Amino acid sequence: MKDSDKLKFVGQWQRWLSPTGNTGDAVFRAAMFAVALLLLLIVAAMIVALASHSRLSIREFGFGFLTGREWNPIKGQFGALAFIYGTIVSSLIALLISVPLSLGIAIFLVEQAPYYVSRPITFLVELLAAIPSVVYGLWGIFVLAPFLRVHVEPNLAHWFGWLPLFQGPITGIGLLTGGVILAIMVTPIISAVVRDVLAAVPNTQREAALALGATKWETTRVVLVNGAPGIAGAVILGLGRAIGETMAVTMVIGNRPEISLSLFQPSYTLASVIANEFTEATADIYLSALIELGLILFLVTFVVNAIARLLVWRVTRRTSGVGMAA
Amino acid sequence: MFSKKIRRARFVLILIALAAFLLTGCGSGTQIRLQGAGATFPNPLYQKWLSEYGKQHPNIKIDYQSIGSGGGIKQIQARTVDFGASDSPMKDEDLKAAPGEILHIPTVLGAVVITYNLSGASQTLRFTPEVVADIFLGKIKKWADPRLKTDNAGVNLPDGDITVVYRSDGSGTSAVFTDYLSKVSPEWKEKVGSGTSPKWPVGIGAKGNEGVAGQIKQTPNTIGYVELAYAVQNKLPVAVIKNKAGNFIEPSIDAVTAAAAASVATTPEDLRVSITDAAGATAYPISSYTYILAYKAQPDAVKGKALVDFLWWGIHDGEAFAKDLRYAPLPDEIVKRAEAKINSITAGGKPLR
Repeated sequence: MKDSDKLKFVGQWQRWLSPTGNTGDAVFRAAMFAVALLLLLIVAAMIVALASHSRLSIREFGFGFLTGREWNPIKGQFGALAFIYGTIVSSLIALLISVPLSLGIAIFLVEQAPYYVSRPITFLVELLAAIPSVVYGLWGIFVLAPFLRVHVEPNLAHWFGWLPLFQGPITGIGLLTGGVILAIMVTPIISAVVRDVLAAVPNTQREAALALGATKWETTRVVLVNGAPGIAGAVILGLGRAIGETMAVTMVIGNRPEISLSLFQPSYTLASVIANEFTEATADIYLSALIELGLILFLVTFVVNAIARLLVWRVTRRTSGVGMAA
Repeated sequence: MFSKKIRRARFVLILIALAAFLLTGCGSGTQIRLQGAGATFPNPLYQKWLSEYGKQHPNIKIDYQSIGSGGGIKQIQARTVDFGASDSPMKDEDLKAAPGEILHIPTVLGAVVITYNLSGASQTLRFTPEVVADIFLGKIKKWADPRLKTDNAGVNLPDGDITVVYRSDGSGTSAVFTDYLSKVSPEWKEKVGSGTSPKWPVGIGAKGNEGVAGQIKQTPNTIGYVELAYAVQNKLPVAVIKNKAGNFIEPSIDAVTAAAAASVATTPEDLRVSITDAAGATAYPISSYTYILAYKAQPDAVKGKALVDFLWWGIHDGEAFAKDLRYAPLPDEIVKRAEAKINSITAGGKPLR
């Protein structure tokens, strides 16, 4: 390498690190880059560790692990489909309930409520997010499950019993209860983030809408469109929590690795089965299968997030003419 | 000036604290530490043992982590602990996978009881083994089943469907219960088998004894199984079960010890035995030993000696604490055979007792 080339090379690095040529900026940028890289390394290390420890099970069951419905540790049969189904369906139920609820809470707090009402409610919503999940689980067993069993599920079966979703014996324990408890747990998270997003929409947008003669509702719509990417981000955050939630769900979902269309039937999630069975798993293949479930949980979260991001991207591209606030 | 004084006083205090720390640090040079890990079921008893034994032997510090029998077996195999603990005896292949010979020292006995919720009625139910198996197989679906009625004349059985509640977490309790069902029902043995996390034919899963008990209390027409100690402490209704000799036996500490005593003749030399469905006239049929696992050849003479002394104390003086905590003490014959096991532990080829 010629000296001039060397100088050029160093110069390139310096310019990349600090376009202004300031040494402090370069150091800061390098440090931040290292931190960002560390995050990637941690994720990579997790995937590598999960994959290497589940090697035994991957080799034994191959792709059939993903499509197998049987989970029988005694007979050495392991399939993840029932857990994947339970995880996704319970999270979807949670979002179905919590997204409209959270949007309503956030819109009320930002657009409608007077200051002296919105402050204490905001505080309470954020307090809900801080409750440990085992407390939600206990509340689920002793309050929510009996309530659903006595008041909600019989009515669902009576009015909507013709749908396969609401058939079968009613115990208060199952996919529906799991979904509802998840909804209650993710609502404070989603609504807190959406509230911040809506609050960040510039007031000029509202004033412009009002000046054009828009009603309160039409103004709110303008604000919502502005905040769309941020709202989607909030939903993804909530979804992530719902997919990974363990304790509260395992206490009310019934812990049964079966796929049933009925929401009254017990089900099982990936996170729950790992927490339940890990301590007593002695056989190597059993342990390996449980770790592979962890790998799948990782991938499910990844795929769901990617799909959600893609949707957001498409929506925001279509509405980008309105401008972005978050 | 004032602040200077305070600063000096603080400095002296720090010096004293440092000196005290160093002195106790030196003291711990002669202290022996033992690590144990494993079964959750005997954990309350082992914690009591550790605190009582610690009072008598201040120079020995023993820790026990209740991480589950599976974890206990893994850790003793990997030699990361000085002793393991397990509710069910180790399998042959697990023993072979260990780097040395592992001994099973029985410590106490436990039992699994059947508890239920008959729409709030608190009558005692009587079950034959066949009926228990068929309920958990899902073949008996209603409480008003004729087979339940014949054994429970006079009990007002509700007209509802039976909801089975099982342990969702891997557990020695499930292992003992399914071991019993496998012995009394060929169909159970073939379809389900026995283990810590079986694939239950029917029902819903709840986490831990407290989860199963909570679910049963909350839901009418449920049936499930929990540890005897847990059922007694929480005053749950428990079923009376017909044993091998044909007698209906109420679960109790004495009936559990009787089951072990009745099985002495069939207990193998290494003490790895299942005592479910035991033959004695007063034996409660869903009982089991819980074991401490230790290497026969101890790597360290000092620690090995401490472990051997502790185990000896446990199966003699320690048994006195069992009944208060609702565990059944070992029968005398088994104590003798456990003594022989403890006496066979060596370090560097020399016996430790």
